[in-house]
Amino acid sequence: MIRLGDGLRSSIGTKFLMAVSGVLLLGFVVAHMLGNLQLFLGHEALDSYAQKIQDMGALLWVARAGLFTLLVLHVGSALKLTRQNRAARPIPYGVHKPFQSSYASRTMVMSGVIVLAFVLYHLLHFTFGAVDAESYALAHAGAGLQVHAMVVHAFQQPIVALSYMLAMALLSLHIAHGVGSLFQTLGLNTQRTRCAATRLGKGVGAVVFLGNVSMPLAVLAGWVGGN
Amino acid sequence: MKLTLKVWRQKNATAAGRFESYEANDVSPDMSLLELLDVVNEQLVNKGEEPVAFDHDCREGICGACSMVINGHAHGSDRGTTTCQVHMRRFTNGDTVVLEPWRAKPFPLVRDLMVDRSSFDRIIASGGFVSVNTGGAPDANALPIGKVDADHAFDAAACIGCGACVAACKNASAMLFVAAKVGHLASLPQGQPERDARAVNMIMTMDREGFGACTNTYDCEAACPKEISVDFIGALNRDYRKALSSTR
Repeated sequence: MIRLGDGLRSSIGTKFLMAVSGVLLLGFVVAHMLGNLQLFLGHEALDSYAQKIQDMGALLWVARAGLFTLLVLHVGSALKLTRQNRAARPIPYGVHKPFQSSYASRTMVMSGVIVLAFVLYHLLHFTFGAVDAESYALAHAGAGLQVHAMVVHAFQQPIVALSYMLAMALLSLHIAHGVGSLFQTLGLNTQRTRCAATRLGKGVGAVVFLGNVSMPLAVLAGWVGGN
Repeated sequence: MKLTLKVWRQKNATAAGRFESYEANDVSPDMSLLELLDVVNEQLVNKGEEPVAFDHDCREGICGACSMVINGHAHGSDRGTTTCQVHMRRFTNGDTVVLEPWRAKPFPLVRDLMVDRSSFDRIIASGGFVSVNTGGAPDANALPIGKVDADHAFDAAACIGCGACVAACKNASAMLFVAAKVGHLASLPQGQPERDARAVNMIMTMDREGFGACTNTYDCEAACPKEISVDFIGALNRDYRKALSSTR
């Protein structure tokens, strides 16, 4: 009666793709955060962890390709849905007020775009060394990777630390609504689970925020890498 | 009491529209919003001006014909009510009340505050029914339906197709409407044979008509005069997913 490809092109089908790619990207965000939190275990722990990832060789490129595919799926479906949503209301209201929607749910496009910009900046910063080259040079100064020194040097600059923290606030906002609503989108909610899903979203958002913000904050405060 | 009305005026679908302000004096707190518009229209007619066109029918919160966004809220800010149930005691003396039509591409404007909601009819026509063979009517008790299922079906069937969900949604999505119609029949044995096709066809028609997609903000549920739960949207997504996974 309907081909799978056609079914996935509808608004709900596109949302399925966005939800599934989103939850997989969230998996990366959490794993990335847990790895980075080794910052608190000292430079040996973090540096050897970074070296291990670097030594994965071809496997690393497979992972990168997978992440890139997920990102394209997620952003692509968001673009398609946003275009459809904008077209559905060509004449805006003079006055339009939300009833009960959360701020996070109404600003997914805004938070998504800012997080995407942050991802690019983050890659240029720590992966390519195109910005803040001084910090990047520190990582590649010795024999092995000196990631700990690089991160500490970067976050000792208040503007860098603050921009990371701001980006994490928006990422957490994005995740809070994304996680809270993905069960609804995928049709996994029942009357009993909907409120729990909303709470879970807020919880995951808070964990991602606190975990990630703790690092620039600790460096900025001198708890990590201080003299 | 005294109120200022800021009303959207537009001659027809293609003309340019604008807000016009009208002063209403001696407003009774017991008046409904529609009665206030009646009074304002009488003044306009006496002055030889065109009255404000708006949809209305039962005026007792049943039909949902009275489609208006009042100060930014579809059917006003109260839960479970339609525009005709918005009374002037909800405002204070000197307030400005902004009235706008439902704004969505699939609801083309007819005039002033009236829009054409026949896109909903086309969604219904694409699957919101149960096909039956002609013949003698079956006995009422030939097909027993449990109380829980019957109540659940009725919660969805309470949808009056007013379009407030679309008007309140930031994306002008019709998901709550479609979810109510699909959920109503999916809760009953008569709806089972065409269940998959119904969900798929109504969703496809919804997209084709130009409604937006759902962002799960849940403003629709709060705007709905019949307080239909967004749980039906979750169930619609489930039905659609199952229909896709059973494709051959």
